[in-house]
Amino acid sequence: MGMAEAILLTIATAATPLLLAAIGELVVERSGVLNLGVEGMMLMGAVAGFGVALTTGSPWLGVVAAAIVGALFSLLFGFLALTLVTNQVATGLALTLLGIGLSGMIGEAFVGEPGVKLGSLYIPGLTDLPLVGRLIFGQDPMFYISLLLTGGVMWFLFRTRAGLTLRSVGDSHTSAHALGIRVIAIRYLAVMFGGACAGLAGAQLSLVYTTQWIENMTAGRGWIALALVVFASWRPWRVLAGAYLFGAITIAQLHIQATNLSDLAGLPGPLLWFATLLKSIPSQFLSALPYLATVVVLVLISRNRRLTMMNTPASLGRAFVPDR
Amino acid sequence: MRLELVKRPQHSALFSALSPFLAFGLMVIAGAIIFAALGKNPATGLYAYFIQPLTEIWSLHELAIKAAPLILIAVGLCVCFLSNNWNIGAEGQFTIGAIFGGAIPLYFPDFQNYATLPLMLIFGAIGGALYAAIPALLKARFNTNEILTSLMLVYVAQLILDWLVRGPWRDPAAMSFPQAPAFHPWAIVPELFPMSGRANLGIVFALIAAVAVWFMLARTLKGFEIKVIGQSPRAGRFGGFSATRTIIFAFLVSGALAGLAGITEVSGAIGRLQPQISPGYGFAAIIVAFLGRLNPLGIVAAGLVLALSYLGGEAAQIEIGVTDKTVRAFQGMLLFFVLACDTLIHYQVRIVRPKPAQATESQTEAAHGHG
Amino acid sequence: MTQSIGGHAGSLLEVRGLTKIFGTLKACDHVDLKVGRGEIHALLGENGAGKSTLVKMLFGSLEPNEGEILWNGKSVRVTSPSAARKLGIGMVFQHFSLFDALTAAENIALSLDDDTPIATLAAKAQALSHSYGLPLDPYSVVGDLSVGERQRIEIIRCLLQVPQLIILDEPTSVLTPQEADKLFETLDRLRSEGKSILYISHRLEEVKRMCDAATVLRHGKVVGHCDPRQETPSSLARMMVGNEVQAVVRAPVSTTSAQPLLEIRDLTRPPATPFSIPLRNVSLTVRAGELVGIAGVAGNGQGELFEAVSGEVVQQDSSTVRICGKDAGKLGITARRLLGAAFVPEERLGHGAAPRMKLSENLLLSRYATDGRAFVGGTGVVKTGAVDAAAQRINAMMDVRKSARDPEAASLSGGNLQKFIIGRELDRQPSVMVVNQPTWGVDAGAAAKIRQSLIELARSGSAVLVISQDLDELFEISDAIAVMHNGELSKPLPIAEATLEKIGLLMGGAEPGHAVHELEPA
Repeated sequence: MGMAEAILLTIATAATPLLLAAIGELVVERSGVLNLGVEGMMLMGAVAGFGVALTTGSPWLGVVAAAIVGALFSLLFGFLALTLVTNQVATGLALTLLGIGLSGMIGEAFVGEPGVKLGSLYIPGLTDLPLVGRLIFGQDPMFYISLLLTGGVMWFLFRTRAGLTLRSVGDSHTSAHALGIRVIAIRYLAVMFGGACAGLAGAQLSLVYTTQWIENMTAGRGWIALALVVFASWRPWRVLAGAYLFGAITIAQLHIQATNLSDLAGLPGPLLWFATLLKSIPSQFLSALPYLATVVVLVLISRNRRLTMMNTPASLGRAFVPDR
Repeated sequence: MRLELVKRPQHSALFSALSPFLAFGLMVIAGAIIFAALGKNPATGLYAYFIQPLTEIWSLHELAIKAAPLILIAVGLCVCFLSNNWNIGAEGQFTIGAIFGGAIPLYFPDFQNYATLPLMLIFGAIGGALYAAIPALLKARFNTNEILTSLMLVYVAQLILDWLVRGPWRDPAAMSFPQAPAFHPWAIVPELFPMSGRANLGIVFALIAAVAVWFMLARTLKGFEIKVIGQSPRAGRFGGFSATRTIIFAFLVSGALAGLAGITEVSGAIGRLQPQISPGYGFAAIIVAFLGRLNPLGIVAAGLVLALSYLGGEAAQIEIGVTDKTVRAFQGMLLFFVLACDTLIHYQVRIVRPKPAQATESQTEAAHGHG
Repeated sequence: MTQSIGGHAGSLLEVRGLTKIFGTLKACDHVDLKVGRGEIHALLGENGAGKSTLVKMLFGSLEPNEGEILWNGKSVRVTSPSAARKLGIGMVFQHFSLFDALTAAENIALSLDDDTPIATLAAKAQALSHSYGLPLDPYSVVGDLSVGERQRIEIIRCLLQVPQLIILDEPTSVLTPQEADKLFETLDRLRSEGKSILYISHRLEEVKRMCDAATVLRHGKVVGHCDPRQETPSSLARMMVGNEVQAVVRAPVSTTSAQPLLEIRDLTRPPATPFSIPLRNVSLTVRAGELVGIAGVAGNGQGELFEAVSGEVVQQDSSTVRICGKDAGKLGITARRLLGAAFVPEERLGHGAAPRMKLSENLLLSRYATDGRAFVGGTGVVKTGAVDAAAQRINAMMDVRKSARDPEAASLSGGNLQKFIIGRELDRQPSVMVVNQPTWGVDAGAAAKIRQSLIELARSGSAVLVISQDLDELFEISDAIAVMHNGELSKPLPIAEATLEKIGLLMGGAEPGHAVHELEPA
């Protein structure tokens, strides 16, 4: 397998959890709810997926468990933010802190245990094709699920009546309520969908990306996913683009860190000079690249206030108490 | 059957006072359930967590040591949250404050006198403030979401610290341990009662900060400005207050206090710079701020409660063999309960069975007076 | 099915003893109502009488506590808006239930209960809109539309369901007089088709012109049923309000020689948001002792003008706005207040006052800098005693009814809060006072007091500028009326020369000086 193919494969693996988490959160925010608890939900999904896969031996059961756990965990947020009308920012933060704590507690038993890997797809003939074979037909199942979900969300939001209803709730919950649309029920469903997606993202981390459980293994991916939704102006295909951009940045800096200069001795002069320059950057700064990139991307997208106003779901994060 | 919220015409003063206690009580119950689920004796577990650390003097000192940074940071967060600026990056500002202050004994090792420590503390505060200025300026100038930017900067700050103590600032004498050289005695925060425990001036700083910020918020025009901008930005603009100036002010104050907490911690409890200098104080402080109902005086009590949870976790690990990872879980649950109980301050909660065309009490927000 | 006009042989809708309680407030108290077929029935009452609450129960948005609704003689429970639509009840809300980010067709689709593809709906809606003379582009994004155009969407989506009863909640409050006439033609046509209309209004001339029957509500109770054609506006007003409301006393004044205290010169401002109106060359002078009114339908730049004059948005050129003879264009709102100006915005909660703060704190909001050291000491410490005393003084002066000594702003009724907010500014004896919608949503008693206070302020030598959608109010209190349309301000017409027709045409965008066409007599 060539270097280019390997890099592209790892980019997909790095991008998939971001895409899964972000596409779920996009639906949540399109319904007008801001759930900052993505990081916590991902961790709960990761530990649940790992644990179930380990105890049952089946990684697929782990995936299903992760989605269910993610959805149930998000219900905690839903109950507080939707039924008790608590401040959504604080509640989302609480969900993250609780998720970090609970997953750390539950995962204590799994530290150091070798996990179960979710096997990649293999179609004889197709997967063996040069270059594109593995890229298109030989990836892990979560990759395909993430793409299907993205397409599904696009179709749902913009081509179905239910999706239109969800978008209307995000635009004006008072108008929706006055028309008899069941705002809270729709939001609960959206929140649970977001939770399930975040759970799946976590499962990808503990069953595909690595096959271990490490405390706090999301390392901020949940937050990056939140930034991606903003960056994408709440449009699904742009979330896809953003996830892969960030996947590329992550992989680039990992590769720079992992490559030894001695391996590059055969490169032409200017490239070798550039590579030496990159290698002289401390590894911590390279690791910081995805986080810094997130900040830059956020600044770029929010600069145009007019555009932001037009794209943001108008009732995002606002409290809703129905009068009856 | 459904849960219905009836908005109160005014905030309930009763529940404003009661809510934190209610939340604490619920957390204790939830904790008991978790202990039972883990196969441990709930009563022993709860005792180890919440009572035992209070029974010995040295332990009370430890309580003060842990509470000091929590209170310092939370008091600053309080100013931010009240003005609707969500500074989630206090952990990063804590770290940068430690770095800024800790640079002085490292670069000027011969500067050893009464002025060393105050200078370190001031620099720590400045460092924290400068780091907090980044998300503040991005929000003020570019309207960028401060939650995400301040949080990303936490990861960056930790990586900077990691690089420093493994690289340029590494103590050659420490062999395989990545750490900076220990601070000399003039650079260490003095202890209060050395005979009975380790508690140092940090707790004094925390109490002074709490009182000062309480006074500002409760009694001055500045405090009024902060609260109005946070509650009703348009009314604040109508009053002539500048949202931009408030953003900068809130973040600078919060960053300075977090930076002060950082340098106090490394030049007090720890004594040097090393890769890990905080068990998540910056995030636990968020919980302290809410548990203290965003009131600096309440935050003092709340800080002690969360400090207790840290000590309790260690004690429970020894007493009943449960992992100290329970600490973070408890803290997270506590915040959940605090937020849920706060609902009672604004609304009455009723369980409602819909009956045909008959008695359900419900109240809409009639305040606008339209129609 | 019989279709007798006048509703003798079996009413379409009958309401018996309908009651709705919100906490301690009885918004509707055993209301009885009968609407016949092919009848336009008025629901009269001032703000706060319970009209909107009653119709929300008819439309299924609210659940009644007691009482019965009979539809075509059969008792029904309207559990939700879709149930109401199935029965044949349609409603056009006062505050539109529209989604700014979606198209007109999508908005219509969301209010219907079937799964018709949007393209089909769009075509049907467009055809219907043209046939009723209210043309509408189904693919336009609602956020880009004017208020009148948005109302058309509401009406069309109601008509698409072929209702038998149409409820209209204050429909003309957002229309120019000419647009209102178009609406009345539409209603006439609906009546001739045998549909019934429940028409909520507090505008007595309209009611007299259009309606066959009326039910009058006051404080949630029915005070009478009548035929509006047999009544006079004052007899109807007496039913609505109860006692005689003090007519506003206004002595004529000539101010041509008085000093100009507020000057706006060529004020131009680009739109602040994608949905707001730009201001174009707005010019106006208000002299000492004068009260100038600005008329105009909502959404023509009134809010933007207020922000520019108040200093919440500053101007490039300092002479664009002059207060008491001094250039103020580059000054912020606090500096303008220090020059002697006071401002009362349209929105009470969230703009003029912070809802969760107490009245005394809301006093501090606009007065912390304007009274020297009276409220805030040199070190920045607030003198709570002085603030509290001033707040109580204002409450007494304006007769503010409240539930506690110093309650939160949100707990007051609209009228009482408005009295406090205006009183807060009057207490300063400002030289210039700018008010946007002084009596919107305010009960008649409070409204009269507010209007009288504004006139008295003008008479005492101040310059008062009142922006209002209520033409009757402006005719009552103004010395001159200018009209705001699409971000432009007409020249002010002295009150002696101003007529409803002229003002109406200006509101609709006609140039001043065009031939004025007399409207059909009512």
